[in-house]
Amino acid sequence: MARTTRVLPGFGPALGLTLTWLSIIVLLPLASVFLKASNLSLVEFWDVVTAPRVAASYRLSFGASLAAAAINAVFGLMLAWCLVRYRFPGKRLVDALIDLPFALPTAVAGIALTALYARNGWIGQWLEPLGIQVAFKPLGVLVALVFIGLPFVVRTVQPVLEDFDLEHEEAAASLGAGRWQTFRYVILPVLLPALLTGFTLAFARAVGEYGSVIFIAGNIPMVSEITPLMIITKLEQYDYVGATAVAEVMLLISFVLLLLINGLQAWTAKRTGRDR
Amino acid sequence: MATALRRRVDPAARFEARAATREAPWVKWALLAVALAFFTLFLLMPLIAVFIEALRKGWETYFSALVEPDALASIRLTLLAAGIAVPLNLVFGVAAAWAIAKFEFRGKHFLITLIDLPFSVSPVIAGLVYVLMFGAQGWFGPWLAAHDIKIVFAVPGIVLATVFVTFPFVARELIPLMQAQGREEEEAAVVLGANGWLTFWHVTLPNIRWGLLYGVILCNARAMGEFGAVSVVSGHIRGETNTMPLHVEILYNEYQFAAAFAVASLLALLALVTLGIKTWVERNAARSGPGAQDEATAP
Repeated sequence: MARTTRVLPGFGPALGLTLTWLSIIVLLPLASVFLKASNLSLVEFWDVVTAPRVAASYRLSFGASLAAAAINAVFGLMLAWCLVRYRFPGKRLVDALIDLPFALPTAVAGIALTALYARNGWIGQWLEPLGIQVAFKPLGVLVALVFIGLPFVVRTVQPVLEDFDLEHEEAAASLGAGRWQTFRYVILPVLLPALLTGFTLAFARAVGEYGSVIFIAGNIPMVSEITPLMIITKLEQYDYVGATAVAEVMLLISFVLLLLINGLQAWTAKRTGRDR
Repeated sequence: MATALRRRVDPAARFEARAATREAPWVKWALLAVALAFFTLFLLMPLIAVFIEALRKGWETYFSALVEPDALASIRLTLLAAGIAVPLNLVFGVAAAWAIAKFEFRGKHFLITLIDLPFSVSPVIAGLVYVLMFGAQGWFGPWLAAHDIKIVFAVPGIVLATVFVTFPFVARELIPLMQAQGREEEEAAVVLGANGWLTFWHVTLPNIRWGLLYGVILCNARAMGEFGAVSVVSGHIRGETNTMPLHVEILYNEYQFAAAFAVASLLALLALVTLGIKTWVERNAARSGPGAQDEATAP
């Protein structure tokens, strides 16, 4: 775009304020993480971030986050589909409450889920005779992460479904396709980028989640400790360098996920012709 | 989440009206049953559980848990932290959206990505960064100690952590909204002789008011409910550096379940009010938005 004279005032102050505030609150503090851990040699760093207890926490955090995001992709798509395509009683209430995990403080979600899934809880008491224990087990982590991630999938898929052109489906039907074929070959390809975006957003949120998980997880070393808890544990032992090293690993993963999400959103925009 | 502000016609009617875009009834009801069962299990039941557990020991226990001095102190601190963090991020969000949406410059997409950063950083790390900067062993630790200023394990640290985690909310709502509205209206106002402030107050602000309100209530909900980041910098000093979510944790860990859920129920009410305002804002935005005519003519 050619450099045109700016008619509107305030560009300088607005951008200046933005960059200053961004630097003070976000960029400088995050940079301090990378400066702190540079006290360690590479070998020491590697030993800290691959210690057995920390490695076990990666397995749980990433495994449970992937599983939760996959569960949310399936049921979130179903919920989005029902909200867009069907009329049913209580729909507006359901639609409004989908955002509950965004609005409900994570600690509140954590203790509520623990109360439900504990051995004598409303849900836990029915699972106990089946030999399924949720609270204070890795399964509890999964339940909390499903709760946290659900709105990401529903809210990325829903608008794309709403904008979907009826004519495509009518064309498919007039060519003899059944509903399942239409869904599989006409609707799903258009939804796929949005669904993947929702999946990745839910995954990214789940990896870093802390508040809703620690109450239900039981936090048993090597079994049900998540990676953010490892940072807290190290901090409580005044092991600042160790905490920072683990934080660095998590930050790098977050940056990769952020780039991935940006790419996926660009793909969604291209596939559907919608703005981001 | 910007898309959540779009108008909400019940689109189901147009899909259900045509044979080509609807499923057999049994498919519809099976899908609805599975989706709603999932919704009930994972969203509705935790919400209901909060209130049932809070009232398990009766109204008297409930209210005494809320007026207890430590609980009141935590409520005051939560209001204070949100009262500082939300206005700061409001001003920042408007400035960022003005620069990004109304002007062209290089690196704009990169800047938007940077503004989004706090969303993808674990809240625990958001707390850690301020411990590394202002803690006893941190960059500014010795200087702060020499001047007898406490940031970490004190109220300023809690405010900083809250500002960090709520950083993108307002900007993220306003940027797409203001980009979609373009700058013709503002340019017309300026050409007609209005100065920058007048243009903002009388042209821009009325156009973005619903998006702004939406961003502010989401920002506020997160500010009052933040747990992980605040937990790291708080030091958990009862009656002094405990916010409401931290107070809930302490009560819960002391097996005072009814009291913990009583304080939690206040936060759950806050969440419900937030969702209520959000739904109301969306309806207003739909009515006054550019899609209003479509809605009237929709089949």
